[in-house]
Amino acid sequence: MSISGVIKMGSQVDAIRLRITIFAALFKHDLNKFIMDENTNNNILEEVTKGEYKFGFFSDIETDYAPKGLTEDTIRFISAKKEEPEWMLEFRLKAFRHWLTLEEPEWAHLHHPPIDFQEIIYYASPRKKPQLESLDEVDPELLETFEKLGISLDEQKRLSGVAVDAVIDSVSVKTTFQDTLSKHGIIFCSFSEAVKNHPDLVKKYMGTVVPYTDNYYAALNSAVFSDGSFCFIPKGVRSPLELSTYFRINAANTGQFERTLIVAEEGGYVSYMEGCTAPMRDENQLHAAIVEIIAMDDAEVKYSTVQNWYPGNKEGKGGVYNFVTKRGLCKGNRSKISWTQVETGSSITWKYPSCVLLGDHSIGEFYSVAVTNNFQQADTGSKMIHLGKNTRSTIISKGISAGKSNNSYRGLVKIMPGALNARNFSQCDSLLLGDKCGAHTFPYIDTRNQSSIVEHEATTSKISEDQLFYCNQRGIDTEKAIGLIVNGYAKEVLNKLPMEFAVEAQKLLSITLEGSVG
Amino acid sequence: MLLNIKNLTVAIEGKEIIKNLNFQVNKGEVHAIMGPNGTGKSTLAAAITGREGYEITGGEIWFKDKNIVDMDADERANLGIFLSFQYPVEIPGVSMTNFMRTAINAQREYRNLPPMSAAEFLKQMEEKKKLVDIHSKLTNRSVNEGFSGGEKKKNEIFQMALLDPTLAILDETDSGLDIDALRTVANGVNALRSDENAFVIITHYQRLLEYIVPDFVHVMYDGKIVKSGNKNLALELEEKGYEWLKEHTLA
Amino acid sequence: MEKDTLQQTLPLDDMLIGQYRQYKDLISKNDTPHVRQLRQNAFKKFEKERFPTSNDEQWRHTDVEALTGDSYINELQPPDSEKNIEEMFRCDVHNFDTESYSMLNGWHSGNGESLKTLPEGIVIGSIRAAMGAYPEIFEKHYGQIAESEGNGFIQINTAMMQDGVFIWVPDGVKSAKTLQIIKIINKEEQLFVQSRNLIVLGKNSELSLMHCDDSVDQHASLVNTVTEIFVDEAAHLEMYKLQNLNDQSALINSTFVRQLANSTIKTNTLTFNCGLIRNNIHVRLDGQGSHADVLGLYLMDKEQHIDNQIRIDHNVANCTSNELFKGILDEAASAVFNGYIYVARDAQKTNAYQNNNNILLTPTATINTMPFLEIYADDVKCSHGATVGQLDQEAMFYIRSRGISAANARLLLMYAFAADIINQISIEPLRQRIDDMVKKRLRGELSVCEKCVLHCGAPEKEYHFDIDLSQL
Repeated sequence: MSISGVIKMGSQVDAIRLRITIFAALFKHDLNKFIMDENTNNNILEEVTKGEYKFGFFSDIETDYAPKGLTEDTIRFISAKKEEPEWMLEFRLKAFRHWLTLEEPEWAHLHHPPIDFQEIIYYASPRKKPQLESLDEVDPELLETFEKLGISLDEQKRLSGVAVDAVIDSVSVKTTFQDTLSKHGIIFCSFSEAVKNHPDLVKKYMGTVVPYTDNYYAALNSAVFSDGSFCFIPKGVRSPLELSTYFRINAANTGQFERTLIVAEEGGYVSYMEGCTAPMRDENQLHAAIVEIIAMDDAEVKYSTVQNWYPGNKEGKGGVYNFVTKRGLCKGNRSKISWTQVETGSSITWKYPSCVLLGDHSIGEFYSVAVTNNFQQADTGSKMIHLGKNTRSTIISKGISAGKSNNSYRGLVKIMPGALNARNFSQCDSLLLGDKCGAHTFPYIDTRNQSSIVEHEATTSKISEDQLFYCNQRGIDTEKAIGLIVNGYAKEVLNKLPMEFAVEAQKLLSITLEGSVG
Repeated sequence: MLLNIKNLTVAIEGKEIIKNLNFQVNKGEVHAIMGPNGTGKSTLAAAITGREGYEITGGEIWFKDKNIVDMDADERANLGIFLSFQYPVEIPGVSMTNFMRTAINAQREYRNLPPMSAAEFLKQMEEKKKLVDIHSKLTNRSVNEGFSGGEKKKNEIFQMALLDPTLAILDETDSGLDIDALRTVANGVNALRSDENAFVIITHYQRLLEYIVPDFVHVMYDGKIVKSGNKNLALELEEKGYEWLKEHTLA
Repeated sequence: MEKDTLQQTLPLDDMLIGQYRQYKDLISKNDTPHVRQLRQNAFKKFEKERFPTSNDEQWRHTDVEALTGDSYINELQPPDSEKNIEEMFRCDVHNFDTESYSMLNGWHSGNGESLKTLPEGIVIGSIRAAMGAYPEIFEKHYGQIAESEGNGFIQINTAMMQDGVFIWVPDGVKSAKTLQIIKIINKEEQLFVQSRNLIVLGKNSELSLMHCDDSVDQHASLVNTVTEIFVDEAAHLEMYKLQNLNDQSALINSTFVRQLANSTIKTNTLTFNCGLIRNNIHVRLDGQGSHADVLGLYLMDKEQHIDNQIRIDHNVANCTSNELFKGILDEAASAVFNGYIYVARDAQKTNAYQNNNNILLTPTATINTMPFLEIYADDVKCSHGATVGQLDQEAMFYIRSRGISAANARLLLMYAFAADIINQISIEPLRQRIDDMVKKRLRGELSVCEKCVLHCGAPEKEYHFDIDLSQL
């Protein structure tokens, strides 16, 4: 697949926070399972020997900052910088005023010192640069950033069948695939561009799934969000490409507040992938994002995440506080929204990707692997709200705790009176590696309908001595054996990921757990 | 001498199971160890392969001129010791293919060899599958998961064929096998026999030894080898039963 | 004591605070210094914290504000009853010989002594009397097991405790008969009733206990019971709680158990009727080798509400627990279940099992179930499950295809669902009687009995489904 590197420059450039959006076209690889296993495995073995967080570098790029702290002026500043229309500013201000009335939630099984919201920089952008005509004109520092992230913009190094188009905030590197997408009527652009070029769509859908009143961090995001992705799949279109966004926090003291909106019209289909990394820093960084998905009749959206924000060091210093509100609305009949997540990073994860099953026969799915090591804390799970008739939901959660970490599953299954014949199945398994960590399960099941069936199962276990000895006896050392067994344990979820992601996810699992065996 | 066990004493949770045992194996030999339940046969296998919880309180185990008593299980395996488990363990989600490739490459790494290429590995798999008549669909499944008793035992021999050990210990590989599977397993073992390797076959019954003819037969009782002989000892034991042995030992 | 207007008008918390201040001396009349100190501390806490509201996470699904905002009579002196309760509520379940102890409106009642020693050596009686008679045992355990933090119901119970049951089973003593505690509420006015129980099992002792909460009329009441149970090494407790109060009654029932090494308990909480009921059961496994079976069955209908909060703390290694609660909800009944298994750091080799199964029979019945696990040790086997569903339609069809009416098929399946719990009752005559009660309850024929929950006075009637099981 050939790629022409035409680079356009938007109005602002943001370097403190690099947002790299990748359009990855995954062709039906003729790789059989074996080849995948093989690749994965080689990579695991290789990576395990390295081990440290490998995305912890910092890129030195010239940057404009907003003054530290959060007031209405900050919001006006952000909106003005982004040259936003009045209605957007109004939306931000309403959200901000509401946020002021809220208190930080404390119900999660998480402990952290209070966050001083006045100590955070809410907007930072790279200095303006002239419009770029080719890859050669891209700031070498940015190119290097991509290289380090493993996202090569150099054509020759690219995996066959995967084309990359990167948007570094407003610096957009467009590929021929943009043509392919627009030929199908698919809109995929940064949120800022969408506000400018598709205001009607943004106005129609933004905040309809996650209103700014939803929760503390959603209100904060709605007030100060910097950018994000927008994706629109028109009626009857199945996206021929996998869409992907990479998020990166770069600078110090800066919050990351992105916002993603995906709309699939009747019969539309898209698979969307999201990945994230951040530099290693001693202080904690705040990330509060919103993802909204809307699926109309017969539409299907698959959203996959590999979350690998900096988790802090072995002593628990630093790391990203990850407070994310992700929600999908199955608005149409027979619509389907599927969340798959592999959570290995962040010092704190607070995240409950949810589905509101409004349309009859709609389907919600949540597949999760959450790994915590050292002093990481995760409180993550899902919410399935059944409103329509014959709605179905599935929750499969695999928690893996190591070191001195705490890993909680928290999930709500709510069956409303009108959701006749609704069905939910939840399975939440925990694996403990070592006796200094914690694994917790907090399911909430609220059923108001006698024709529905809800089942929840959970188990807690450790890797058996027998399994370890069996591997050892075949010459596999204990660390590799644990990587192997943990990957096997998480297989059910990893299998739901697009192949490119699955390989990365498997690597991450092993790296995250490295050194957890005492 | 390939394996030389000197005055070995092994305890589990403080209780002595093997007492001052001596046992030698040379390359090219097949040894059978027989004896009633609870006499320490499986404990011996565990001690040789380095299973945790089996405390070696006395003696030495020499393999390829190294005392392996303090080695980890994986290092012993990479030195060339293989155990066919009496109860093969299930590892959910880990495919047989992935498992064996990891094992082979661990062994190659230990021996300072580059990882085996995918093509070569697939070729090897195909070849060894034939040896024990193992179905392709089994190798695509998770390790031992959903395998029948016979399939699990065949799978052990298949793994042995792939890893090509110098010393293979078969711990009651015949238990739970029907006559066809027994023959398949025996044929597999016989095909792998060479002047460069050796086998220790732990069994209750003489049956398997009809197919894998041993050079030596040892009888274990109460943590010791109480009698050694040629293949006829197995027949004698089959005929007279272990009761005879008890009287014999006590006398 | 004269009824004062205070009692008739103020919200419950204000009334109690006023009452405590005014009658502190009367309330503390028999107190040891230890008890008096506990009262004062608890009262201070209550003054500040008051009763929980739906803003408290633990009480989110159970509306107690409507109850505590109402006004009640709280009697500070025993009722002047001429009725012979012992006689009235004498239990004569066939083949079931119990040793009974009765309480009326929260006070020791009957002609017998307020504290007696049974032939085998068990001491049973009024907690007021025990305070003075067994100060050592009393002080060692009273107020030690109940957690009052953040719970106004426990605080006010400790502050204003007047009467309740005291049971002491000395080391090595085994109860010859099942002890039956009968608590009756019978009063014209809207009553607030508190009772406080302390049960102490010595080493290697055994106690079989049946605890019946009943009302004998249709008057409203709010009952706030706190029970502390200490189970010493290798002791065994079997406890059946039968809850059958009228639809106007509310029961807040808090039971705290502390177990030492190798002790075992089996509790079975059977709820047949009550307007609103909240069972807090908190078991602390503080000694290795201990085991707890915590079981429950709830059969609710109309607009009844039940909230079971069951917490089991595995504080040390090598303990096992088994928690199973099953419920059938009819009409507009609502239920809450919150199971909580806590496994402390280093409580290795814990084996804990938790399950909650529910059947909803109507579109208006609701269930909130929250089976939680909090685990800090790795070598443990913990599992939990929760299900919500309706009667198995395939089984329904199967039964009906054998010529059984839909109504009977339904009954049969409901009964089969409940049988898991009933079959765990190890006292055979009691099991049979409960079995009958469940069948009656499922048919809607069980009323709040004129006599005790075991409806002994009712003519003996065999209950059976009109189903020939051999047809199946």
